[in-house]
Amino acid sequence: MKYKEWAGYYAVCAYDTSHEPEYYAFRNSAGLLDVTPLFKYRAKGPDAAAFLSRIMVRNISKLEVGRVSYCCWCDDKGKVVDDGTVMRRAENEFFVTSADPSFSWFSRFMRGYNVELTEISDEIAGLALQGPTSRDILKQVCDADLDNLKFFSTTKAKIAGAEIYISRTGYTGDLGYELWAENKDALKLWDAIMDAGRNYDIRPAGLDALDNTRVEAGLILKDVDYFNSLHALTDDRTSSPYEISLGWTVDLKRAPFNGQAALQTEKEQGSKWAIVGLDIDWPQLEELYYKIGLPPVIGSHAWRSSIPIFTGKDRKTQVGYATSGTWSPLLKKNIALATIEKKYDTIGTELQFEVMVEHKRYTVSAIVSKPQFYNPERKTSNPNSQKS
Amino acid sequence: MSQKYDAIIIGGGHNGLICAAYLAKAGRKVLVLEKRHVLGGAAVSEEMFPGFTFSVASYVVSLFRPHIIRELHLAQHGYEVIPMDCSFLPLPNGDSLARWADSQRSRREIARFSKKDSEVYPEFSRVMTHMGKLAKAVIDHPAPDITSYNPKELANVLRLGKAFKDLGPDLLHLNTKLVTMSALDFLDQWFESEVLKAPMSVSGIIGTFQGVRSPGTAYVLLHHYMGQLDGVFRSWGFSKGGTGGISMACARSAMSYGAEIRTEAPVRQVLIKNGIAAGVILENGDELMANTVISNLDPNRTYLKMVGADNLEADVLKEINRFKLRGSSGKVNLALDSVPEFSCRPGIGEHLKGDIAIAPSIDYLEKAFDQAKYGEFSTRPYINAVIPTLTDPTLAPPGKHILSCFVQYAPYHIKEGAANWPKYREAFGDTVVDTLAEYVPGLKNKILYRQVLTPWDIEEKMGLTEGNIFHGELSLEQLLFQRPMADFSKYKTSIPKLWMCGSGTHPGGGIMGASGELCAKTMLTSRAV
Repeated sequence: MKYKEWAGYYAVCAYDTSHEPEYYAFRNSAGLLDVTPLFKYRAKGPDAAAFLSRIMVRNISKLEVGRVSYCCWCDDKGKVVDDGTVMRRAENEFFVTSADPSFSWFSRFMRGYNVELTEISDEIAGLALQGPTSRDILKQVCDADLDNLKFFSTTKAKIAGAEIYISRTGYTGDLGYELWAENKDALKLWDAIMDAGRNYDIRPAGLDALDNTRVEAGLILKDVDYFNSLHALTDDRTSSPYEISLGWTVDLKRAPFNGQAALQTEKEQGSKWAIVGLDIDWPQLEELYYKIGLPPVIGSHAWRSSIPIFTGKDRKTQVGYATSGTWSPLLKKNIALATIEKKYDTIGTELQFEVMVEHKRYTVSAIVSKPQFYNPERKTSNPNSQKS
Repeated sequence: MSQKYDAIIIGGGHNGLICAAYLAKAGRKVLVLEKRHVLGGAAVSEEMFPGFTFSVASYVVSLFRPHIIRELHLAQHGYEVIPMDCSFLPLPNGDSLARWADSQRSRREIARFSKKDSEVYPEFSRVMTHMGKLAKAVIDHPAPDITSYNPKELANVLRLGKAFKDLGPDLLHLNTKLVTMSALDFLDQWFESEVLKAPMSVSGIIGTFQGVRSPGTAYVLLHHYMGQLDGVFRSWGFSKGGTGGISMACARSAMSYGAEIRTEAPVRQVLIKNGIAAGVILENGDELMANTVISNLDPNRTYLKMVGADNLEADVLKEINRFKLRGSSGKVNLALDSVPEFSCRPGIGEHLKGDIAIAPSIDYLEKAFDQAKYGEFSTRPYINAVIPTLTDPTLAPPGKHILSCFVQYAPYHIKEGAANWPKYREAFGDTVVDTLAEYVPGLKNKILYRQVLTPWDIEEKMGLTEGNIFHGELSLEQLLFQRPMADFSKYKTSIPKLWMCGSGTHPGGGIMGASGELCAKTMLTSRAV
């Protein structure tokens, strides 16, 4: 078992010496992951929607009760501070998750709004149940109408006597749910789900397996694929939503919100960078290994070091850098997420990805693609309806 | 007539030794004269009691310039600094705050007092890291003379100007605040919790006869943020073997280049012939001749004792009399039978391995200053304590420990006159022990030996005028091209061939080594030696 630091907590990387069974659980059965170290906030009051709309790049006022919004929030320069989810639990009550502690940032904009903002990070536990059998497992123990709970929706539920919230969200890009419970109920919730999952091949899963899945799903990670603009030491390390594949979340034409003017300008004038997926050529890599008499070596862990991306094999013109990647056992592809100059972001563009083979550096071709490599139908579909 | 030296350096503090090392490395014949039996000046380790080696005066290091370590090969000569992991603040109500090198750990500690502050803390650190980068432009060069039209000086002004310009508008505005505001006003713009602001604000008053609410103290705060260890900005550390370990490494480096060092060789005065420095006269009457004389003493002692008022022009005399020294701190070093445990956070943990601040509130600090303003030492002083033996057990017998306390305020000019300090020495020591004992029950029973240094003692023992640990206050009007005075800020003095290399010259303050280095480099490039 291996731990690492996550937001000041020890978090499990893998429950065994290898994380691979946990990856397969996420993709073939179900993995249960503790996401309690996420930061959690409650915004409540008549102006809660307006308040959040002023902070987020998305218009939260439009979010329907029972729906969840994935979004990011920016500083005045239109650079991303953090990303997270906003769940509308009632007309005037929202639940917000974030990667960085955000109480100070959110509360700077409370003046004039009738809203109460509470940090509940230490009061609410989070469990992510992710994978194809997750719905079947939850149905064993839960009273909510899961068959009709749509992707990015949330509902109240009762499990093992505990009142909890379930949201159909996650960080694996698969069918899955996140369960939000009071701390006191967390252990019995865990036990109830593990019991219910026994016949569905459930496994406790850690962050290493999660990292494989989130790269496959093209989901970016703060401090890896981009930096919080409030903590970035240089302007070059900051990114706009457009530059980190979150342009689709920006709703410009509405009441003022943080970064609006800068984002409007960027939208008109174009962005400098783009996050893309890279499909790294396997035969070329294989060939480099074969040439020196070795079989191709590739680790099963996702990586998150910066790898330079060039236009040509001469490595003269660097146009960006990959920030995370993995071998996808499911897709049989060597994939990466990369920040590259905007003009190279057309799908199908061939770039060069630097590799090190037996102490020497080479490049292999990498084809620009959408960041989202893996997107199964079950992620968004419901059993008794058409694809939603 | 004995041999003639290229340079004689008066005072074997770390700056004098560094200056000697650079000059000797350049092939000059150098002699360092130290009045005491040990080298180091205020960066000195002494076995004060059997088995207990104290960093008698200065006790932690951060500002030491990394290129000096490289250029003088100090690591090979024994320079070793171990980073401190924690800043610990015990509180009278039984609570406490520990700030750690680990940012998440700090955040969770600070959040107990203010969630907002815990999140603003990294933003503040980010900004101060940028400001700290100025250090390279400010500390690592002689201060440019802004009044000169000499092309070289103009180039230096431009270089400094560019460093400021590179900060960008936001940080430039911030810099204006830093040089004009009080430490507390500056921190108020960022933080709400006093539990955080009080221990942070003290960086603005250390060694300064000012309170945390006095304008200008924000700059001193920045001065303490300019430090780095191994490229990590703002980190402080313990010198292996005490701070004298650094001085000894500098001495060994100097000797490896051929410098000569004599201890117990007090200098009576600089030998001045026809208005020019020609050597020194020792207390024993010996005359030693040199092409140049370099004083590692503070400006006051250099001009008024080594040169003598009768050799000074009226303007220089006026300026030197205006130079503010105003020692404001003392030192209490305790040899303990066992580790002092704090009731608010019992046990022997990592929280004891860094610095421990007795600074429970802003008012506490300001009241401590109030007393000092009227010529009394603070009966409830600000204390910055360290237990170096938890990091370097060689400093004390096994199982025994040292509690080294920097204490402020202890004004040099007490009501009855500085010479009366010896009468109050033990009472001052008792105050410190009593204050600490409120947080460390049983402290008094653990004390085996105690050394109390009032500012008067610091002056007597180390030769720091008025006991000022920085050789002169780090207030803005005494910095850069005005340190120690406007016309003689570049290590030169009003006496030809007499130079200065101590902390009273730019950039001054702390175990930094920059004054000694820049003096030597200035002399070498101008072919003065």
